Amino acid sequence: MRSTGDKIRSWGLAVWSGLALLYLFIPIFIVVMFSFNDNQGRFNFTWQGFTFDHWTNPFANPDLAVALKNSVLIALFSTLLATVLGTFMALALVRYGFRGRGVVDLLVFLPLATPEVVLGAALLALFLTMAVNTGFATIVIAHTMFTISYVVVTVKARLEGMDRHIEEAAMDLGATEWTTFRKITLPMIAPGVAAAALLASAISVDDYVITSFNAGQTQTFPLFIFGATRQGVPPEVNVLATALLVVVLILMALNVMLQRRLAQRSLRREALDEPESAALVPARG
Amino acid sequence: MLRLSLRRRRQLLPWLFLGPGLLWLLVFFAIPLVNQVNVSLQSGDPETGYAFDWAFNTYTDAIRDYDTQFIRSIGYSATATVLCLIIGFPLAYFTAFKAGRFKNLILLLIILPFFTSYVLRTVAWQLILSDSGWVVERLRDVGLVGADGRLLASRTAVIAGITYNFLPFMILPLYVSLEKIDRRLIEAATDLYASRVTAFRRITLPLALPGIFAGSLLTFIPATGDFINAALLGTPRQFMVGNVIQSKFITILDYPTAAALSFILMTFILVGVFLYARLLGTQTLTEAAF
Repeated sequence: MRSTGDKIRSWGLAVWSGLALLYLFIPIFIVVMFSFNDNQGRFNFTWQGFTFDHWTNPFANPDLAVALKNSVLIALFSTLLATVLGTFMALALVRYGFRGRGVVDLLVFLPLATPEVVLGAALLALFLTMAVNTGFATIVIAHTMFTISYVVVTVKARLEGMDRHIEEAAMDLGATEWTTFRKITLPMIAPGVAAAALLASAISVDDYVITSFNAGQTQTFPLFIFGATRQGVPPEVNVLATALLVVVLILMALNVMLQRRLAQRSLRREALDEPESAALVPARG
Repeated sequence: MLRLSLRRRRQLLPWLFLGPGLLWLLVFFAIPLVNQVNVSLQSGDPETGYAFDWAFNTYTDAIRDYDTQFIRSIGYSATATVLCLIIGFPLAYFTAFKAGRFKNLILLLIILPFFTSYVLRTVAWQLILSDSGWVVERLRDVGLVGADGRLLASRTAVIAGITYNFLPFMILPLYVSLEKIDRRLIEAATDLYASRVTAFRRITLPLALPGIFAGSLLTFIPATGDFINAALLGTPRQFMVGNVIQSKFITILDYPTAAALSFILMTFILVGVFLYARLLGTQTLTEAAF
């Protein structure tokens, strides 16, 4: 039986959770709203009326367009590098016992436990010592460095949950190590690798701290916004941010729909083809 | 063609896989950290350049000059971490135990802020808390803020910004550890006449400890080094150690002091993480964090 105290508690919990979600959303709501603000002058601080103007020409500001292009390219290069390097590291860490594993584990974990400001500052000190000019390439190097660990952790989780017997079966049936890797291992870890790549690119595109140390004269999207705060962030920034949000939401909705359809199809197939075995599979709750 | 025995290849393969990534981390993570110690012990000035001469006084000077910023960083991020826990735990609990078919939707809503730029979200807070904004005017009406009182450019604003920006990092690990709890344990406790509160205190909370541990680390560590919130929502009177490191490195070009501060920050955090792990009795750090 539920007492009054329990009822109050469960209501309190629901209300508190709702408020916490609201707190997470207020700034996003503001970002979206001010992409439609008909602002006078440079500042986009107070609401002055509704307009679609900024949406019709989001790349009106040439500096912003360049910054965005740089961000996308940097994310592309660093994600590619970090995903390849990190995936192979994860494979080695999960699949092979070797001496010095502890040290490697530590080297992967430490960048995650280091404040970004330290990572950025230390790397800049190295570039200064070696007299390397900072710019596009050094940003790619920096982003690759601090996203590798995220890739390793994500792919490792996928590998650890994988059934090794399938690979062993392939080898028993005469597949070479390389064929097994290409035909079995890679497709099976692909979702993990894709998730890792998504994570790495999201972190790269959004990074301000490490980039600010190693950017030189190169502008990226976050650097542009931070630099613009003093003169007023142009509403085109809000437009681009909102557009990105909408794209992400659409992709997620599509993903949910696709998975639902796949689940339905496999359910139907189980019901049609193998009624006995379907009944034996324990219900997943 | 070079032919290696299978055993030999088995031994070489992991290092072949590890090699490139490991090299990258060594050159661009480990060596910079060591080099940073080297830089921090140099002396000189921006015009003539710096040379290594075991200048330990950089450290004592840095601590003497910037102890306020250090203490402030730790104070702000500790406060924000506790606030994140207070705000985030009920939401994580609700999502794990009560949300039913809305679970995935709520999780999506929790990570959605990540798809808007961090800097832009903080700029949005600037707007919300601004002197002529709706929030400040309502608070003035009620009398919670004085006629010339402000929210922006205050300690409250910086801490609120940090709390906001790191909240999902707290909620997600909390959710993961709560989700993993075997419901039957809680049922067993209540069947054995434990009240719901006792069951929560004796079963749920201890089992959620790994999540609390991981969540507070994922919040506290980046928060101590953060300088975006202090720069956008505060004034130099709210600046944290991150702001000092950044301005020393980028604007003032006082590399030794910046390197020393950054090294002290890192050492402090590593020691803190270690002690915290001992306190909560987690066997290995990596195990708790992931």
